[in-house]
Amino acid sequence: MNSFSIWLFFIIIAVGTFALRFSFIYLFGKVDMPNWLRRALRFVPASVLAALVFPALTYPNGALDLSLGNIRLLAGIGGALVAWKTKNVLWTIAVGMILLWVLQAF
Amino acid sequence: MKKTYQDFIAGARDSIPILLGVVPFATICGVAAISVGLTPFESIGMNMIVFAGASQLAVLQLMGAGSPWLIMVLTAWVINVRFTMYSAALAPYLQKEPLFRKAPFAYMLSDQAFGVTMSRFSNQVPSNPAWYFYGSAAIIWATWIASATVGTLLGTLIPESWGLDFAFPLSFMALMFAALKDRPAVLAALVGGLSAILAKGLPYNLGLVLAAFLGIGAGVLAENISSEKARGTAQ
Repeated sequence: MNSFSIWLFFIIIAVGTFALRFSFIYLFGKVDMPNWLRRALRFVPASVLAALVFPALTYPNGALDLSLGNIRLLAGIGGALVAWKTKNVLWTIAVGMILLWVLQAF
Repeated sequence: MKKTYQDFIAGARDSIPILLGVVPFATICGVAAISVGLTPFESIGMNMIVFAGASQLAVLQLMGAGSPWLIMVLTAWVINVRFTMYSAALAPYLQKEPLFRKAPFAYMLSDQAFGVTMSRFSNQVPSNPAWYFYGSAAIIWATWIASATVGTLLGTLIPESWGLDFAFPLSFMALMFAALKDRPAVLAALVGGLSAILAKGLPYNLGLVLAAFLGIGAGVLAENISSEKARGTAQ
């Protein structure tokens, strides 16, 4: 992307994101959120984040690798344990990165 | 009746503990932007105009993998769809506010500001609830921008060989576990994650969007089944 299109790209993402944030603050009293939508929205974070994480660990170099030689998968499992226990972004990154560097050294 | 600025300050003050989480996350968003090759100006600009960390990290990861722009836009929007829930929950408290205040503070709406505001409102609603939210949103926004700027400057000092792109999936992981509040949510994550692995080969990274919808569907379905079971035992 050149520098013009990257700004345009940011603006497109930002306009949509603003519309989502402003939606019901603006529409209050005019439209109610349908119940099915409210229920579906609850699952967005878990589903989307998992869909980002799983392939990032199992396709380290663009090809599926479920072997013990896949250090990103191993370090990621370590990170997942920390994420599960602490739910803290900083701790998860710290432990996951250190595991990656240690495994890289072997 | 408290004055508006008193509630603004109360909102800001109650948000101070959560800033401990905002600082590192925003710093990472700055570092990450540099690591995929954005200029410092673009990195700070992205944080200013988008101001939604999880979606920014997702876009940066996809950018590093060379995804088409449409997929990146859709991914960012899908991740940010959760803001409509926050918007709906806050709307009654902002009802009487003029549009020129509603709009800028809607832009500043964050997970953290929503969390702080709603946990306060569930105990006791302040005399000027809108201003309490404004105080919380404003201090979190300012902290975010300052930390992301620091991260951007740090990012230019970190060599690529450190494999810092691995911080993306790690940060998503922590956010994901925080979202796994019950069994239907766990199922949504498992279905979303596993189908993303299976659908990885689809063109234009469409597998990501498809997997997200499958996961959401699985969560809704699981919730339907468990609520029907609950009704069955009650009878």
